[in-house]
Amino acid sequence: MYQAIVFLPLIGAIVAGFFGRAIGDRGAQLVTCGCMVLSALLGIVALYQVGILGHNRTIELMTWIESGTLELSWALRFDTLTAVMVFVVSFCSTWIHIYSVGYMSHDSSIPRFMAYLSLFTFFMLMLVTADNFVQLFFGWEGVGLASYLLIGFWYDKPSANAAAIKAFIVNRVGDFGFALGIFATYMVFDSVNFDAVFQAVPGKAGTQIVFLGTGYDAMTVMCLLLFVGAMGKSAQLGLHTWLPDAMEGPTPVSALIHAATMVTAGVFMVCRLSPMFEYAPTALAVVTVVGASTAFFAATIGLVQNDIKRVIAYSTCSQLGYMFFAAGLSAYSAAIFHLMTHAFFKALLFLSAGSVIHAMSDEQDMRKMGGIWRQIPVTYAMMWIGSLALAGIPFFAGYYSKDLILEVAFAANTGVGTYAFWLGTAAAFLTAFYSWRLLFMTFHGTPRADEHVMAHVHESPKIMTVPLMVLAVGAVVSGYIGYESFAGHNMAQFWRDAILVLPAHNTIEAAHHVPLWVKLLPVVVAVAGIALAYYFYIVEPSIPGRIVAMHEPLYKFLLNKWYFDELYDWMFVRSAKWLGRGLWKGGDGYIIDGFGPDGLSAATLVLARRAGRLQSGYVYHYAFAMMIGVVILVTWYLWRGHG
Amino acid sequence: MTDWPILSVTTFLPLVGAVFILLTRGDPAMVACNARNVALWTSLITFVVSLLIWANFESASAEFQFVERADWLPAFNISYHMGVDGISLFFVLLATLLTPLCILASWEAIETRVKEYMIAFLVLETLMVGMFCALDLVVFYMFFEGVLLPMFLIIGVWGGARRVYAAFKFFLYTLLGSVLMLIAILAMYYDAGTTDIPVLMRHGFHPSWQIWLWLAFFASFAVKVPMWPVHTWLPDAHVEAPTAGSVILAGVLLKMGGYGFLRFSLPLFPEASATFAPLVFALSIVAIIYTSLVALAQEDMKKLIAYSSVAHMGFVTIGIFVVNKQGIEGAIVQMLSHGVVSAALFLCVGVVYDRMHSRLIDSYGGLVYRMPVYAFTFLVFILASIGMPGTSGFVGEFLALVGAYKYNSWIASLAATGVILGAAYSLWLYRRVIYGKLEKEKLKDILDMNWREITVFAPLILVTIWMGVYPASFLTPMHASVDKLIRDYEKARAASAEPGDTPVVRLARLIGGGDQR
Repeated sequence: MYQAIVFLPLIGAIVAGFFGRAIGDRGAQLVTCGCMVLSALLGIVALYQVGILGHNRTIELMTWIESGTLELSWALRFDTLTAVMVFVVSFCSTWIHIYSVGYMSHDSSIPRFMAYLSLFTFFMLMLVTADNFVQLFFGWEGVGLASYLLIGFWYDKPSANAAAIKAFIVNRVGDFGFALGIFATYMVFDSVNFDAVFQAVPGKAGTQIVFLGTGYDAMTVMCLLLFVGAMGKSAQLGLHTWLPDAMEGPTPVSALIHAATMVTAGVFMVCRLSPMFEYAPTALAVVTVVGASTAFFAATIGLVQNDIKRVIAYSTCSQLGYMFFAAGLSAYSAAIFHLMTHAFFKALLFLSAGSVIHAMSDEQDMRKMGGIWRQIPVTYAMMWIGSLALAGIPFFAGYYSKDLILEVAFAANTGVGTYAFWLGTAAAFLTAFYSWRLLFMTFHGTPRADEHVMAHVHESPKIMTVPLMVLAVGAVVSGYIGYESFAGHNMAQFWRDAILVLPAHNTIEAAHHVPLWVKLLPVVVAVAGIALAYYFYIVEPSIPGRIVAMHEPLYKFLLNKWYFDELYDWMFVRSAKWLGRGLWKGGDGYIIDGFGPDGLSAATLVLARRAGRLQSGYVYHYAFAMMIGVVILVTWYLWRGHG
Repeated sequence: MTDWPILSVTTFLPLVGAVFILLTRGDPAMVACNARNVALWTSLITFVVSLLIWANFESASAEFQFVERADWLPAFNISYHMGVDGISLFFVLLATLLTPLCILASWEAIETRVKEYMIAFLVLETLMVGMFCALDLVVFYMFFEGVLLPMFLIIGVWGGARRVYAAFKFFLYTLLGSVLMLIAILAMYYDAGTTDIPVLMRHGFHPSWQIWLWLAFFASFAVKVPMWPVHTWLPDAHVEAPTAGSVILAGVLLKMGGYGFLRFSLPLFPEASATFAPLVFALSIVAIIYTSLVALAQEDMKKLIAYSSVAHMGFVTIGIFVVNKQGIEGAIVQMLSHGVVSAALFLCVGVVYDRMHSRLIDSYGGLVYRMPVYAFTFLVFILASIGMPGTSGFVGEFLALVGAYKYNSWIASLAATGVILGAAYSLWLYRRVIYGKLEKEKLKDILDMNWREITVFAPLILVTIWMGVYPASFLTPMHASVDKLIRDYEKARAASAEPGDTPVVRLARLIGGGDQR
């Protein structure tokens, strides 16, 4: 059964990918969706078996790499953390598969799209079921590949191709750190299997390793290197630039990969490695600061973006920041809790945005929307539910998970905790503001699209709206249902050994005892954000323009995403191309060839011409070199003899 | 184990086919057709025979197996001595796998002098297999240098416009190394009185000799690998060579250098290997970063892949000279993987070259619309080339880097930057050739791969995935031989090195007489 959960999507991908032409569009959709539905059903069974009944298990498939003490297998490890992830991944993926049947119905290569989606799901499931670092890396790179293929799905679009490569390469920068982290782990523990490493961690805490010539605390080095990988995959500050561009891909892809599942892999990794991070307080502090900074930074950019998908993308980036600082404060289960609720409501938001885009004849610019809520009431309602959950309005899913995280930050009572609390609260305000800005700009006001488009505005078919409703149910109830298991009384029994929290770091327990104002503050700022957005975009729509005019440089700074792209392009892309060209023409052409073969042959030709022996060039060269060789040999022999 | 001379059969079977082709006479079209068929079937049978070597190979043993020995020049104590161990086994298989694929790939591309072309390839196969099996230095040297002859001819006769320049450059580079290596062999014979490799491995050359011998061998092997800065012959040779020539060049000939380091430099000159290891690391790291950057700037597909080969081989030389289990096994797997993957990439270029007669990246774009099968095949090998886990490229690079990290984290960190750059130039190449709009008029009726071409790629895809998902098939036969190599190396080092020596001190001491032993 456990094998089936992981490999059914692969089978679907292979059938749809290679035999798509034979079985047709409908066949490919049926096969992939069928495999996913089965996989998701089994995923629910697995969650029950592992999470509720407590039957952890690891299934060895076969040996993978074995060289000296480096021994690792293909294996499926199911504990509570994995079971939750498997549930989230297979559940969201299934509904997004079904949604795609409708969304992509006018596309010319449906089987390929469905195959890629299923392939992605397979890699993601391999990632979360890994029982060693290298299989984790396999899934990690695999989802990166699937993401590359899907961002660049419309391959005649140059911007999509560029975004696909950018995503892959920025992720590679993260993977560079990840790989070094694996090497360091292997050096210290002589194993890359989770169980062996986790058992040995307490014994190795406080030991030093030499990294790049200097001695550091071993656990800190390992965790920070691995975290660089997590930053790349989860688009954290510095390595976030690929995520907004990834919106070039079809919208179901944005929902599945760039909101619900793949981008959360970094959070999953930190939680999976909690037995290591717990012994690396410095690394945890870094995780917290990076997470909190990203949560705030991405939210500021989200304020001014005009592309509906980019707003949601920055929102994702920001929410991932929340998950990270929760993990950094040792509230791993809170991080996973938010990961799960976020998967529901963010997938819902993206798919609703897709439904809007579908209705607006592929328009994504919110400045060209407006006044359409009556025509697409279902989508409108779904967008509201998603936004309410995102903003953390009471009794929607985000309320339980996000408030918990902010309470944890306050209760941690450390410098980084306080930093995270205030930035997180500020980000919560911004989140509410940009979410309602999006709602008001998209659905309300006077229509700004041309008549032709407006005439075509229509509600999406059932095959698209039903997945929206299912996800909406998740966005409403998942917080309430999950709370006890993720953060309440059933926590210990639910998680068991899947995550480790040292007694001194038990921030979730402390979070239950924070003052009342801390519990209320997130809701208050969220409501304030909504109110401000209402005032700006409904009551007095001229205000945003006036503010922009007053603060032109700040607006430009935010609109251009803090100029990260320009900086990186100048620092890395241009300089690499320039260097490559210089080394090629100058290094290889001028210096090496000039002084090497070309120079030598020119010189010998001159010599040969002088000797009048141009005809027998090759033989002459051979003899010449042979002579030099003999001279060297004799000299050396004599020198040895006398010395 | 078998009781018939399986290595000699594998080695000389292609030569029999070559003689057979040589003797055919008659109508030129018939001769060409016959030559193709004979060459294909001979190389296929050779491949099947070589599979028997693998099937009968005793994985647990570190000794040379299927050993054959016959007196050749008894007066000089030189004998025809053949055998394989876990290190050479797969190189033999690599050569026998790629040859039939090359012949199949040249089926229609080569139209002139087909007979001679097929003879050249079969002779080349004999020489390659013989080189990997030889256990006598003189026999090895003859095969090693002999390989260059048919290669010259293949580039020089069936090559592109600047083939003479390329062949000449290739010649100049290899010449110096060859001469020095020959002198070194003479010196070794003078010292040990034999050229038998297993005997030489136990001989223990004096450390002061080792320095010079190592350098002489290095001059030859470094050109073959090729290491920076003696790599500039490779892009030219690849660009001018016909597709199948590039395949053998990248697939097998580049492995001669790495194999030479493993077979000679480490076991025969352990002291010198340790002394010069930092030099090798420095050159390898420069190679990885430098050539990856240069690859970014290329406009010619074959040149780009050629430069990427130099970068990939940088991981190999690092893996070899860190002399630990993961490093060496990673280096071998990386060589095998590169042998398959770069060969396949050159074949990929060949597929479009045969149709459009251009290697320039700019003359393509949007091929995916007309050639989906080709796009898929190309993608598989691009991914293997950038070390995607699940393909052979990952296992080799990963193990080599683990080994490097064990030795020194600087080396691993610097080398690993090549993984980022590798993704950049490979995906960018793929994007410019395969993706984008299909706008160029000439490309609008280009045809997807035919069954012959698919047949060429299918086994390569299979091996790439197999080596990536279940590398144990390849790693298991290596373990014993690699263990022995490392054990002997460390024993020899322990016997001579004083603890606390830095390489510089050791070098100074060795050059200054080295008689403190």
